[in-house]
Amino acid sequence: MNRIYFDHNATTPVLDEVFEAMVPFLKEQWGNPSSIHWAGRGTRKAVEDARERVCSLLNCAPLELIFTSSGTEGDNHAIKGLAYAQKNKGNHIITTKVEHPAVLSTCKHLQKEGFEVTYLDVDKDGLIDLEELKKAITPKTILISVMYANNETGVLFPIKEIGQIAKEKSVAFHTDAVQAAGKIKIDVADLNVDLMTISGHKLYGPKGIGALFIKRGTRLVPIIHGGHQERNRRGGTENVAGIVAMGKAAEIAMRDMEKETEHLSVLKARLEKGMAERVPHIKVNGHPERRLPNTSNISFEFVEGESLLLNLDMKGIAASSGSACTSGSLEPSHVLVSMGLSHELSHGSVRFSLGKSNTVEEIDYLLEIMPPIVERMRSMSPLYAGAK
Amino acid sequence: MYSEKVMDHFSNPRNVGELEKPSGTGMVGNPACGDIMKLTIQVEEGVVKDVKFKTFGCGAAIATSSMVTELVKGKNLDEAEKISNSTVAEALDGLPPVKMHCSNLAADALHAAIEDYKKKLAEEAAAK
Repeated sequence: MNRIYFDHNATTPVLDEVFEAMVPFLKEQWGNPSSIHWAGRGTRKAVEDARERVCSLLNCAPLELIFTSSGTEGDNHAIKGLAYAQKNKGNHIITTKVEHPAVLSTCKHLQKEGFEVTYLDVDKDGLIDLEELKKAITPKTILISVMYANNETGVLFPIKEIGQIAKEKSVAFHTDAVQAAGKIKIDVADLNVDLMTISGHKLYGPKGIGALFIKRGTRLVPIIHGGHQERNRRGGTENVAGIVAMGKAAEIAMRDMEKETEHLSVLKARLEKGMAERVPHIKVNGHPERRLPNTSNISFEFVEGESLLLNLDMKGIAASSGSACTSGSLEPSHVLVSMGLSHELSHGSVRFSLGKSNTVEEIDYLLEIMPPIVERMRSMSPLYAGAK
Repeated sequence: MYSEKVMDHFSNPRNVGELEKPSGTGMVGNPACGDIMKLTIQVEEGVVKDVKFKTFGCGAAIATSSMVTELVKGKNLDEAEKISNSTVAEALDGLPPVKMHCSNLAADALHAAIEDYKKKLAEEAAAK
């Protein structure tokens, strides 16, 4: 059976070039980058070379980037670190209802510690109202955290405009760019961003490595206390192999970005157009244009997402769903519900997130097998009879 | 994460559909949690002769619906009422823990259908 992977927003495969770059640092080059002797000198250089590569992807200076263990750690570090550093100035944080749990859970935790958090609504396209953002800012506001691209829908937020608002009000601005990094061009210098989280395994690197951009002059309280690594900002001996791999992955993402964007846009358009032609009663979720080139979130009315995923999996296709049934909770996707989708439509969503290796033939195969799957599941649905 | 039996009942569900003139109808679940089951039964001389289901829900919801129809067919009402959600889950070689509460409603749908049948019987008796 063909195996087709349409779940690149969950994670991406490690590229061959990336794997080859990291292997020496798991075996021959095992020195501690902090050591001054021969064993450490090579690995120190490898870490700093990799840092420069990741910085090129974001257009920042090497001093402005620390390595972390994951996107989740980066979000925790940015939000808690900033909140603790500025708690004497204020206790108010503004974010959105559709952030990744790494941001939402961190904010909820801070609420327990006495911080106040405003969760901005989104409209039916999944975007926030910038006027609402401006109105939410008070003299006590110390941080705005808005994701660059939504992981479920691919909706792109107006980061530059938000950055401008934050700058005018002298409020720090963090963006979780885990889904955006490597997929679209990012220039922190142009964006007025103070803090930006990215992750290695979403851009064809390995799991267990991420990075946080900290604009020069932005002070954070460290979250992981320890040695002097990362200029006292993040303790712990560096994950050298992971860092080298992330550097290589960033370099490749930069090199191939234009080509990949074109490739993914063609595939996504074919998928969405083809699905609309072949399957009635569907809805593509998120703003029609302001979305990542690779992400297509589609609700199939009258059927539940997990049952669609199981059917797709039986045909070799990996995708994901905003259904509660796949999240381990009883609630469907908070993102889709926040966009005003009914519970049925939220449960009936499937996310196809495309990547480098996907082909036109794979999209066509999906378009061939999807209509009978949806038809079969609808024929079993008590919700369908009335809609014919 | 699902047992072979669950996948079998999910892929080849038994007794899908809706009886035209059911003796009783049971509908349980709600859209918020993502599972809705509709079960129709045909009762003759105190025995469940036929049963069909329609379900909006995940793999577990569909498999439990299918399994409950298999378990109940040919049983008398006393036996049918003893079928519980855990009987259904056991017959499927278990369900993932997270599914035990949210998607294990098939026996509830059956009991609702039997209750509906009994209510109709009582109404008929009262009308006579």
